[in-house]
Amino acid sequence: MSNPLKLDDIDRALIVATQGGLPFVARPYQVIGEQVGIAGDEVMRRLQALLESGIIRRIGAVPNHYAIGWTANGMTVWDVADERIDELGARVGALEFVTHCYRRPRALPDWPYNLFAMVHGASRMEVTEKAAEIAALLGSNSRASEVLFSTRILKKTGLRI
Amino acid sequence: MPELDAVDRQIIDKLQGDFPLCERPYAEAAERLGIGEDELLARLQRLLDARVLTRFGPMVQIERMGGAFVLAALAAPEARYDEVTALVNALPQVAHNYRREHALNMWFVLATETPQGIAEAISRIERDTGLPVFAFPKEKEYFVEMKLAARI
Repeated sequence: MSNPLKLDDIDRALIVATQGGLPFVARPYQVIGEQVGIAGDEVMRRLQALLESGIIRRIGAVPNHYAIGWTANGMTVWDVADERIDELGARVGALEFVTHCYRRPRALPDWPYNLFAMVHGASRMEVTEKAAEIAALLGSNSRASEVLFSTRILKKTGLRI
Repeated sequence: MPELDAVDRQIIDKLQGDFPLCERPYAEAAERLGIGEDELLARLQRLLDARVLTRFGPMVQIERMGGAFVLAALAAPEARYDEVTALVNALPQVAHNYRREHALNMWFVLATETPQGIAEAISRIERDTGLPVFAFPKEKEYFVEMKLAARI
């Protein structure tokens, strides 16, 4: 992404101190401040700045999707003509059930797909139905496609710096 | 699957973002939910212990700090699947990893503080497992909004 922002040592220490999660105590920012060596107010000010700059996407709960009922998850992948992919990718990404949508490189000959759209559902059938909606939207612009169902979370720690 | 009551579902649905930045953020968030601070803290701990939540805190977008985030996959032979999983998961750069039904049956995300860290992690995995790794860096992001409501 363009213009990565420079973090100072304290910002970095804050990210390291919170990447495992916020402590469940009444004044979590104060506790983090004590670990990092700054006041609770400064922790809040810096987290606000990191949110505004987009380095922190959001602060809150990260659910395990399986445990909250989204037990089927399909990575749908499509081979779409390069000339049309930006227009079509934007439309697929706008579907309410698509949680991530990206253009990625093909790995020919094994992997002809360049459009990836993640679909979550309570059952495989629901995911399959949603994939059919994407197929209908793409029509003949999709030359080939697959749905890769996930069958197990092997790791989900989030990033660690 | 763990049992969730209406308050748990509210917590999961309402607290995926906008956690307050104030002296007592849990008290403020609890008030929005109509419960007490202690109850929210106890429920969050329980949801985390039951693995309904994987974490509670800031979600960092590593690319905005000059790092890289890349989806990658490999084809692990069935007989070696657990061994390959352990080798891949051993790298701290692997943020998450999913088994998927495909010839490419292991899909993981590498997050590194520098772009060159990705190539290093990939060569390390290829060396450790003896398997080729396919990297699928994103060329364009059309949409990302990973906030799903509880539906149980």
